[in-house]
Order: sequence, then structure tokens, then C-alpha cells
Amino acid sequence: MSLYNIFDIAGSGMSAQTTRLNLVASNMANADTVSSSTGETYRARQPVFATVLQNEVSSHQQSAAKGVRVMGVVESEAPLRQEYAPQHPMANDEGYIFKPNVNMVEEMANMMSASQSFKNNVEMLNTAKQLLQQTLKIGQ
Amino acid sequence: MAISLNTIFGVHDSALIYQSKRAEVLASNMANADTPGYKARDFNFKDVLSQLEGGQPSNLKTTHSKHIGLSTSPASVDLAYRIPTSSSLDGNTVDAKVEQAQYAENAMNYQTSLRFVNGKISSYLSALRGE
Repeated sequence: MSLYNIFDIAGSGMSAQTTRLNLVASNMANADTVSSSTGETYRARQPVFATVLQNEVSSHQQSAAKGVRVMGVVESEAPLRQEYAPQHPMANDEGYIFKPNVNMVEEMANMMSASQSFKNNVEMLNTAKQLLQQTLKIGQ
Repeated sequence: MAISLNTIFGVHDSALIYQSKRAEVLASNMANADTPGYKARDFNFKDVLSQLEGGQPSNLKTTHSKHIGLSTSPASVDLAYRIPTSSSLDGNTVDAKVEQAQYAENAMNYQTSLRFVNGKISSYLSALRGE
């Protein structure tokens, strides 16, 4: 019964979107972390999603059920914010501090997109559940 | 009147199989709404219908008497790709709103088929009881 596969698919979607929300939270929390060298500075992190085949269907037909998974997490290559602040306790020998390359506007938009996708998956799961329950009541 | 148990539900048993398969495909589209390079899939209803009527999908033909026809299950029709309404930079062709609408429509159709099956069952039950 392929309606049962929807639970797996929607579940994989929800877990992937949760990872994305987690990374957004991490990026926003660290937006103002200051450090004294480029190597130590926090960089914005983004998940990379990839399709995953749920089940292998017979020979001539392509598999229908496809979930999603987080293939990996990449760090943003955008330049860090360098500021001249000789009074800052973290300033290096030349008086510079380094701030992360987190773009708050991007992160907010990302957060909204992730939560919307999460909601879509939840709705889909609920509908599939209702359909299954009605199917079980057949002939009663 | 001869009653065959195989045919009492008419098209509705195949319709239920098709609609549950389609729900799965649409769910995959929705789950992959943010996956780079993912192409939205769907069934071509015309192919499914001709398959059920014993024919072949529009792009396949048996041109020789010894060719083997495809099975007539609605689930064995090949999936098609949805034509995107707007292109995105990462190659993803899923439009969440379109998928949502299709999923709702499909769920509604599934419930309709269920209603028909239930109606058949209750009418046969009342005939058996002789009420």
C-alpha cells in the first residue's frame, strides 16, 4: 500500500527541514561572534539536500517513492567582515577584529521557507493518515 | 443475473490503486521542494486510462504479433515530468502550491472512490440480507 510510504517521505522531509532550521538558528546565534583571526571566525552554514530513493521497484519502472536527506553541510565562502577596532579585547596585533559572514536577511528568509516546507509535510502526513483511516473503515 | 466478485467495484478498485500511487509521487515532489536539481514527477492520466482499457501507453505500440504487452496495472505506467511554470536557479521544478493543489484534488478523488466502493458494499449487503 503506497499510502504508507507517504509517512516515510514526509518524515524524511520534516527531518531535513529541521536540520535546516537548526543551522539557521546556529547562524543567527553566532552572527555577532567576534574573533581575532580569519581561521577562527564562524562562517554561515547551509545544508545541501539530496533526493533519496525509498524503495526499489520492479525492473522497467522508475522508483516512485523519493524522500529527501541532508547530504552535507557547507560553509559560506562569502568574505568575512573585518573591522578596525584597536580597543576591542579580541583585536589582533594590527588592531583588527573579524566578524562572521552571516547575512541576517538571508537567514530570516531561509527560516520562513524552512518552516513553510515543514508545515507542508505535516499537512501531507495528516491527509495520508485520514485516507488510510477511511480505507480501514471500508464496508462498515 | 450473474454477479462476479471481481467486477462489482467497476473501475473504483483500480482508481484507488492509482490514486494512492499518485499521492505517493506528489508527496515525493513536496518533500523535495528544496532539493537542488529535483524534477517534479506526475502520472499522465491519459496513459493510465489507456493502460486500464487494455491499450498501450501513447508512446509504446506492439508492432509485431509476438511482442509482449505491458501489464495492465495502473501502477506500471511510467512517470512523466511536470512542465515547470517558472524556472529556478538550482534546477528544481517543484512549485509547492501546484503540488499542494494536486495533492488535495487527489485526496478528494480517493475519498470519492472510497465512497463508491462503500456504496457498492452496502447495496450488496442489503441485497444479501433481503431487506
